[in-house]
Amino acid sequence: MVEEVLVTARFNAKVDPSLTIWSWEIAVYLFLGGLTAGIMCFAAWSLLAGKEKQLPFAHDRFALWAPIVLSVGMTTLFLDLEHKLYVFRFYTGFQPASPMSWGAWILVLVYPLMVLQVLSTLRRGYPALADWIEKIAFGAGLLDSCERWRRPIAWWVIPLAVGLGIYTGVLLSALSARPFWNSGVLGPLFLVSGLSTASALAIIGAGKSSEKHFFARTDLTLIGVELMLIALFLINLGTGTEQQLAAVHMVMGGTYTVPFWVWFVLPGLLIPLVLEAFELRGIRGFAMIAPLLVLYGGFMLRYLTVELGQLSRWTEYGIQFDPQLLMRLTP
Amino acid sequence: MITYAMVIDTRTCIGCGDCVVACKNENGVPAGLNRDWVVEETRGEYPHLSTEFRSERCNHCSHATCVTNCPTGASHYWKDTNIVLVAAEKCTGCKACIAACPYDARLIMHPDGYIDKCTFCHHRVDQGLDPACVSSCPTHCMYFGVLDDADSLVSRLLRTRDYKALLVETGNKPNVYYLV
Repeated sequence: MVEEVLVTARFNAKVDPSLTIWSWEIAVYLFLGGLTAGIMCFAAWSLLAGKEKQLPFAHDRFALWAPIVLSVGMTTLFLDLEHKLYVFRFYTGFQPASPMSWGAWILVLVYPLMVLQVLSTLRRGYPALADWIEKIAFGAGLLDSCERWRRPIAWWVIPLAVGLGIYTGVLLSALSARPFWNSGVLGPLFLVSGLSTASALAIIGAGKSSEKHFFARTDLTLIGVELMLIALFLINLGTGTEQQLAAVHMVMGGTYTVPFWVWFVLPGLLIPLVLEAFELRGIRGFAMIAPLLVLYGGFMLRYLTVELGQLSRWTEYGIQFDPQLLMRLTP
Repeated sequence: MITYAMVIDTRTCIGCGDCVVACKNENGVPAGLNRDWVVEETRGEYPHLSTEFRSERCNHCSHATCVTNCPTGASHYWKDTNIVLVAAEKCTGCKACIAACPYDARLIMHPDGYIDKCTFCHHRVDQGLDPACVSSCPTHCMYFGVLDDADSLVSRLLRTRDYKALLVETGNKPNVYYLV
């Protein structure tokens, strides 16, 4: 038997008895960051592949969603900072060893690029918005240049968006002190999940049924790949160190088994997989349910990963100090 | 890089917690927060039990994952030593360093909103003094010094006694040693 107990008080907020430093704010940001990466990729790809006729929504209207979605994510990320006034410090240097520093700089590159991508699609996708921009000084010229450079912009968008999608996973996997996150599969998994949620969003947004079908087919493949990556992720942890075994046990028989399988994998991946397959075989009636479930699954993947990583640790003390006892001392 | 090390004799530590109180006094650590703590580890089956007391804190790792993961450079090594500090004026409170520390030795210092931790009392080290916890230990079980100096007390202790460090398998190269 080995028993380690703290004989002096330690109940540091958000560190003890288990880490709770990151909550829904980070999960929402990671989810929306991945979704943004997916939106940008599909919008750029549909142009480069010449899918103007087949995929009119993705070709001309989808790009506008990216900055909106990412801005919501950036807001929740900002809400998480403890020292909000110092947010500018992310940009007074570059720390090559820190994935979070990479992420901060990727976002700086992604934002202007996505704005250019939106401007290049505005006249065709949202004429009313384009009219409004044309009234601003240099507006018309700006739209003209973006349209002229539409293909080069799309070529730049793809690697940066893929970088954004992967970084959301690497951000967690680089934190080797948290056994549940310490797997290289997390980067590709979050990227594929981002692409899958973006195709789900495209199913909702697209007007033409042929375009909806295209994205349902794409999503079907992506969900399949995502399931495979989740299996690889669990195998990776399940063949790892003692700490990783304890971490993976949380979802394989431990306290998070039901949340992981019943509240995430089943409704967020398996049910939409079946519903989208039905839809493609002509069995209708689930048109909206499947993509909404995929979006829910995308969020749950991030939420549970953020939570489980913080529950997995290297140190395990029996904490005897009860902070509530302090309350009784105050009159 | 100069490597400072703390060596703690678990055979003479009685788990009194004076090191914890000294730290709180010296560094003005607010109520409810702690930069160091004492662990009692019991091994074996009754009646064959052995107990070890360990005063734990930041390990001031030579390969500190909190420093590598900090996105702003706020977590840094002090003056080309292994003493890991947080520059409050660079800290955004993103908490990556808390997640990156396998020892869970970092904490959020409210209401300032930046990340706090043991500093090895670098303000005292600068004056040639020992950290507050070391100098207040009533059983003299704690030692502090430069590891690179073969004649320093910490080097001699590690040369002549059996010792361990915590979680060396993380690859962080911790610099708090426990004599066993």
